Parts: sequence; C-alpha cells; structure tokens
Amino acid sequence: MSAVGTVAVLAQIVVVVAGAPLLTGLMRQVRARMEGRAGAGVGQPWRDLRKLLRKQPITPVGTGPAFRLAPLLLVATTLVVAALVPLASTATPVRDSADLLVVVTLLALGTVILALAGLDTGTAFGGMGASREMTVVALVEPTILLSVVALSIPAGSTNLPTIVAHGVHDPARLASPASLLAGVALAVVTLAETGRLPVDNPSTHLELTMIHEAMILEYAGPDLALIELGAQMRLTVLLGLLTSLFVPWGIATGTAAAALPLALALFAGKVALLGAGLAAAEVFWAKMRLFKVPELLTGSFLLALLAVGASFFLPGN
Amino acid sequence: MSTGTYTQLLDLACGVFLLAAVLVLWRRELTAFVRLFAVQGVALAAIAALSGIHEHRFELLAVAVGILVLRAGVLPYLMRRVLATSGETRETEPLVNVAASLLTAAALTLLAYAAARPLVELAPSPATRALPVGLAVVLIGFFTLVTRRRALAQAVGFLLLDNGITAVAFLATSGVPPIVELGVSFDVLLAVLVLQILTTRIHATFGGTDIDDLRELHD
Repeated sequence: MSAVGTVAVLAQIVVVVAGAPLLTGLMRQVRARMEGRAGAGVGQPWRDLRKLLRKQPITPVGTGPAFRLAPLLLVATTLVVAALVPLASTATPVRDSADLLVVVTLLALGTVILALAGLDTGTAFGGMGASREMTVVALVEPTILLSVVALSIPAGSTNLPTIVAHGVHDPARLASPASLLAGVALAVVTLAETGRLPVDNPSTHLELTMIHEAMILEYAGPDLALIELGAQMRLTVLLGLLTSLFVPWGIATGTAAAALPLALALFAGKVALLGAGLAAAEVFWAKMRLFKVPELLTGSFLLALLAVGASFFLPGN
Repeated sequence: MSTGTYTQLLDLACGVFLLAAVLVLWRRELTAFVRLFAVQGVALAAIAALSGIHEHRFELLAVAVGILVLRAGVLPYLMRRVLATSGETRETEPLVNVAASLLTAAALTLLAYAAARPLVELAPSPATRALPVGLAVVLIGFFTLVTRRRALAQAVGFLLLDNGITAVAFLATSGVPPIVELGVSFDVLLAVLVLQILTTRIHATFGGTDIDDLRELHD
C-alpha cells in the first residue's frame, strides 16, 4: 500500500503545481473566446511565472517578516492541502491526517497570512484589501464548517478519504438533499475563497472593487510569482475538493497501481471541465457590490444549515 | 418502486420544496417569486404522486395532476398577468432586509424541526420524518406574508403558507381524500383571483402595490 500510496501523493502534488497555471490559462482562454477575443493561450500563466521568477526580488521599505514570509507560507500551506486531499487516491499514507477540518484550517491560514502581509505594507490599499478579505472570511468560515458537518454525518467521520470513499461506494447518497445543499453552499464559498466573480474580480486593479489584488499590490518579482502560483493552486485544490466530494467516480480507493493514472487523468479532466464551466458562467455574471456580498454569503450559510438539518431529519434509509 | 428509491425521491422532493420557499426570501425580483412558486408546485405534486404510488392509492395520482395544473400552471399564469399589468419588477424595500430574513428562515426551520419532533416520534416513517419540511414552509410563508410589502409578494407568501399546509397533510396522513383536496384547491384559486382584482385596484388607486399605502379607511 505504502509504495503506491506515496506515489499517489507525489503525483497529486506534481499535477496540482504543474496544472494550476494551466487551469488558470484555460479559464482565461475560455473567457477570452466567449468575449470574442483571441486570448493569450493556455500556457500564458506559466510564461508570466517564468518572467517574474527571473526578476530581481524587491521588498518595499519598512516591511517586516510578515511581508517576506507570506508568499512561502501561502504556497507551503497549499502544497500540504494538495497532498492531504484525496484528489486521485483515498489510500494514501497521509490518510489519517486528512481531516476536513485540518484542510479548511490550512486554507484559512493561507488567507490570514496574506491579509497580514497586506497590513504589513502599511499602505492604504493593503489595509483595505486585508480588512475586506477578513470580512469575507469571517462569513465564509461558518458556512464551510456547517457544510463539513453536513457531509460528515452520513459517513460518520470528518476524515476526508472516508467521506470520499463513502461517496464512491454509495453513489445514491450524493443525490440526497443534504449533499446537494451542502454542495451548493460549498460552491458559493469556493467562489468567495478563491476571489472569483461575483465576490471579487480577479482581473481588475480598480481600487473600489478589488480584494485579493489590493493585498498583493506591493509584491514584485519572484515573490509575486509565488503568490500568483499559490492563488492558482488554491483554486485548483478547491475545485478538486469539490469534484472529490460530489463527483468522486474514478478516484482510486484500493492499492492497485493501474487505477492511479486513470484517476489522475480523470481528476485533471473533471477540474478542467469545472474550471471551463466556471469561466463560461463568469462571462454572464457581474461583480456584486461589496455590501451585497454578505447577503450572498448569508444565503450560502442558510443552505449549509439546511443541509445539516436535512442530514438529520431526511436521513434516507 | 422499492422503499429505498421511494425514500430517496421523497427526500429529494421535500428538499426542493423547502429550498424554493427559502429562495423566495433570497430573491428580490417579483418574476423570480412566481417562478420559484411554480417549482414548489411541481415538488408538491411529486410528493403527492410519490405517496400515492407508495400507498397504492391511485386516486392520489389524480390529486397530484390537479395540484400540478393548479399550482405550477394556473396560479403562476394568473400572477404573471398581474405582474404584466402592474409594471413593478422588484420587491424594493422589504421590512426586514434580505440577510436578516435568511437568518430568520434558518431559525424558523430549526423551530419547525424542534416542534415536529413529538409528531415524528408517534409513527416514524420516511414520510412523517419529512414533516418538519412542511411546517418550516408554513412558517416561512407566514414570515414572507408579514415582511414583504408588494401585494404580489404577499400573495406568494400566502400561497407558500397554503403549499406548506398541503404538504403537511400529505406527509402526515399519506394523502387527503380527493374531495377535500378539490375543495382546498378551489378555495386557493378563488383567493388568488380575489387578490388579483385587489392588486389591480390598489395599483389603479395608488399607482403602485405597496401595501403600506393603505392607511385610511373610506366607505
């Protein structure tokens, strides 16, 4: 078990790191084509990263360790999450540590670190972005925790591989009201966490609207490359988590080595499909006013709460 | 149909039923209210049809078809006509804002679950276990009725209330006699027709359907 499991974990990390910029490129390309533009190509985010990594590292005057450590910590927490989440296989050596609460906490840690870095610059934009991000996170976290509770009740555990394996073996469970409601709530929360439309616009630098971009405005060179890569990996991991939880077919649950390449290919295909769908939907969405965002997030909180209620009171068989 | 499939489908129908009621509080567009009400009518018809098939009482299928025609067809059609004549599209200022409404809906749902516990324990079955959903929709409908200002939003609130009561009847007794359901349906139809006339009159008098404008009594 351990050999195949270890290979699975390493493969997950490699696929996430290599695939995250490609996913972003694919989403931008889909968006460009739907808006009638030619687009820069799927490989453009990788070319951007290469360009940024070759530049000289610069830190603004007066910034402290929080600013310098944030890119590394952001990428590190996301790498750990990429290793823990059962994207390709549930039978990995780290399966006992892969608790859903741990994954959520690690992702939240990345967000907090970035907010601290934004505050550390001492500029108006950094502070504004950090304050907005914390407002969103404060509303997002309860929703995530409630969805986690709703998903863990049928499986009887908050262990992520157990929940996913349960879904693979009992697909009817995935169509239950609790699972559907939790799915919608988690999808809304994923949009908010990754700074996509309609909560945040990833492609703007307009001071009135930006959240994520405001925090990272002072970064340049290799640090910016790491931040960009970290944000892209977070999007990939979160979309992967959604597919693992709600369309888990094809994920290897045993120790057979043959299932692993198929599982990885299916994972890449499912995430690419989801990302392309999201990008296509974003063409038709407008960014929400900042004061309307709590309304959306309260709605998703309510859905998560109903999911918990439904998993208790509409328990199926 | 096997018991497992029946339970799954019933749970799904109840989930859609509750979700439609909650989304009414989330949305502001009056057309969305009407569409959600139609979706809820379909879910209610599905609940009726499922309990009919499960209990082998095929007159319930006729009741289900009646519910489908009335609540997903005729009533939304009537409301759309009111909407077209009034020219209003949004519930602009509900008395309780949307975020607070959603949290209240959450609290009401929990209240419904707590209140229905003793009833469910009397005879636990998949249908009675879904009883809180019906009660929650009754409470949410009442809340909509109290806090929304536009006449059409209030009509939808009233109809949610009625949908909830019908759902409770189906889930608790596994189907009311067709004659009772027929009576209730005509009652609802009549109420909506009266509300339609009333809305048109309010609109003709005040140029809007904000209920708050009705402050004075005249003969």
